[in-house]
Amino acid sequence: MKNLFAEFGRSIVATLFFAVILCGVYPLVVYGAGKLFFPHQADGSLLVDKSGAVRGSALLAQNFTGAKYFHPRPSAAGANGFDASASSGSNLGPTSTNLFAAMAQRISDYRAENNLATNTPVPADAVTASASGLDPHITPANAELQIPRVAKARGISEDKLRELVRQNTSGRDLGLFGEPRVNVMTLNFALDQK
Amino acid sequence: MNIHQWLELALYLGALILVTKPLGLYLGRVFDANGRTWLDPLVRPLEKLTYWIFRVDPAKEQGWKQYTFAMLTFSLVSLLFTYTILRLQNFLPLNPQNFPALSEHLAFNTAVSFTTNTNWQSYAGESTMSYLSQMVALTIHNFFSAAVGMAVAAALVRGIARHTAQTIGNFWVDVTRITYYLLLPLCLVFAIFLVSQGMIQNFKPYTSAKLIESQTISVQKNDANGKPIVDARGNPVMENQTLDTQTIVQGPMASQVAIKMLGTNGGGYANANAAHPFENPTPLSNFLQMLALLCIGSAMTYHLGRETKNQKHGWSVWSAMFAMCLAGILICWWAEARGNPQHQQLGIAAADGNMEGKEVRFGIMNSALFATVTTDASCGAVNSMHDSFTPLGGLVPLFNIQTGEVIFGGVGAGLYGMLIFVVLTVFIAGLMVGRTPEYLGKKIESYDVKMVLLASVILAFVILGFTAWASVSDWGKSSLANQGPHGLSEILYAYTSGAGNNGSAFAGLNANTPWYDTTLGIAMLLGRFGMIIPLLALAGSLARKKIIPASAGTFSVSGVTFVVLLVGTILLIGALTFLPALALGPIVEHLLMLKGNLF
Repeated sequence: MKNLFAEFGRSIVATLFFAVILCGVYPLVVYGAGKLFFPHQADGSLLVDKSGAVRGSALLAQNFTGAKYFHPRPSAAGANGFDASASSGSNLGPTSTNLFAAMAQRISDYRAENNLATNTPVPADAVTASASGLDPHITPANAELQIPRVAKARGISEDKLRELVRQNTSGRDLGLFGEPRVNVMTLNFALDQK
Repeated sequence: MNIHQWLELALYLGALILVTKPLGLYLGRVFDANGRTWLDPLVRPLEKLTYWIFRVDPAKEQGWKQYTFAMLTFSLVSLLFTYTILRLQNFLPLNPQNFPALSEHLAFNTAVSFTTNTNWQSYAGESTMSYLSQMVALTIHNFFSAAVGMAVAAALVRGIARHTAQTIGNFWVDVTRITYYLLLPLCLVFAIFLVSQGMIQNFKPYTSAKLIESQTISVQKNDANGKPIVDARGNPVMENQTLDTQTIVQGPMASQVAIKMLGTNGGGYANANAAHPFENPTPLSNFLQMLALLCIGSAMTYHLGRETKNQKHGWSVWSAMFAMCLAGILICWWAEARGNPQHQQLGIAAADGNMEGKEVRFGIMNSALFATVTTDASCGAVNSMHDSFTPLGGLVPLFNIQTGEVIFGGVGAGLYGMLIFVVLTVFIAGLMVGRTPEYLGKKIESYDVKMVLLASVILAFVILGFTAWASVSDWGKSSLANQGPHGLSEILYAYTSGAGNNGSAFAGLNANTPWYDTTLGIAMLLGRFGMIIPLLALAGSLARKKIIPASAGTFSVSGVTFVVLLVGTILLIGALTFLPALALGPIVEHLLMLKGNLF
């Protein structure tokens, strides 16, 4: 019986003592190191315009629907999509009629927007909801198909635009990891800052 | 399935092989109360202070019953600690978004979930949890449940390695040393690396950003009392609104994510977990997160070999795990790369595979690889949405958990789960040749086999029992997001994930209901402690036994025959138990998808 109480007391002390170290000291050290070495990243890689206003994060997609902008992937985050405080995928399964219908609609919209023939294969990333609903990236193939539209709407040459797309494209990390990708957020932000 | 992706897969597996031995050796020093490490000058004083505060004599070991009792009280007390914080969240500091307290059932489910290393989440982190809840109530269990899992495995290995001994180690010493010498130092380095990749770590309120292009959205029109207005036909009246801000999540994420991966917890800071661009910003952060979640499980097999002075046995167990891991990766990758023929008919480029619920920076290969290894381990973090996988792609994670997560497995939990199958294999091999089964010089007797069976049937009992109940009840079916066989897969996955202490989900299922929260909470408790207690009893029993010298008739626990028999046992037990349920879920769905049936 004495042993029983001793173990309970020890468990309480251990929980509180470890809490101080693991939930107090440890996160604060990481916080301090982040502030010191990587302040931009630790604060959310925010995009700030010339007037000093925060316009978004380089890592979180916003919606773009106008012809002047590159369009991100469809989003299921929040009721209207792209809600950066409610990340989510669609969670629709492979045999879902809702997903099938949504995809058919997106494919015909994508072809119409970008003036493509009705038999052009559409890049999968352009018509599927991302896992987070906030994927800031599209594939280079998807960006390429959007270049003529954006160039026309902005009245700039396709080659000039292609160069800007290239500047906002990342290859595989260290040449090895992941997939090549175009960041829609930094690209559209740069387009407006021109 | 291009050359870059094959190369990256090879790099991942190569890195896993490379860390196994050095980390395994280090684990041995951590689990030894007198072990020396290069961290001693820094950590030793803190360790001594901790024992003094806990009133623990590190030289005094415990028998299995004392060890179990300490483990249970510690788990119970820390569970109540988390429950209390979650229930009082609105009164506590570090809550800049003023989130309300959690309901009774959600707080119960969450506290159990994190205590049992499951990290099933019935809530969306970024819209539910205050910074204090994330940083203290949840993170503390990311450390504790990992340390407890490893402590149990260390005790079981001691039981196997010792003979004619009464004790299996000291629980408090194990937990303290694992935390200070292994988890905390690795997490510090890892968390800072994650920040460098773009992960947030701050205490600011959420940031409001002015949209680069403001959007027009259609919302329901409400009357003066806030009730939706409906037209003559009963449909809600919609009106256009301009949306020009985006609310960006902030908070202490990196410190939590580092231990989430390393401790195979898997509970996301944000709802989208490791798919969220803050929570897994780059393919490089993704690679190291995947390595973090499997490396300790892999190293534990080396530790087993070293402690039992039979390194071949350690590598044989490792090989069985590796073979099943690789098979799972290839099947899942192939299924996802092949994509969905119904969607391809609509005009999607066939070469792109199934991108629904995946992120561009990871692509198909990294999504399939992550899904496979997170369910090989009891991690349950996700970088893609398993619910939207093709039927066969989604079958792999489901089956991985149903094997008992013994393919490397959770930190500690993987090894002690695998040892169940090792003992069963030895037992079956013994029956086949008509000899008393032996394991590393110890006779496996009726008591030992009973304990092993107890630990192995609990999983099947809990998963199938609750799934059957939920799929014929209104409370079960009303939470489904998908109809047809995919709906059954959602329920089956939920209880599999809960009982297996994994925590990943077919996330379309709305699990935050009193019924699901409570039944899943019970499933998690039974899956964790229903397995640990018999295994600690086994550890105690093995430690007491005498060593009998090996003879010509002794079944060897290393080499190809053993590996094949071990994998066969795992597959046989998994298949016999779960095949009927899998046939009604993912397998029938696969056939229907090919035929073009939609639901």
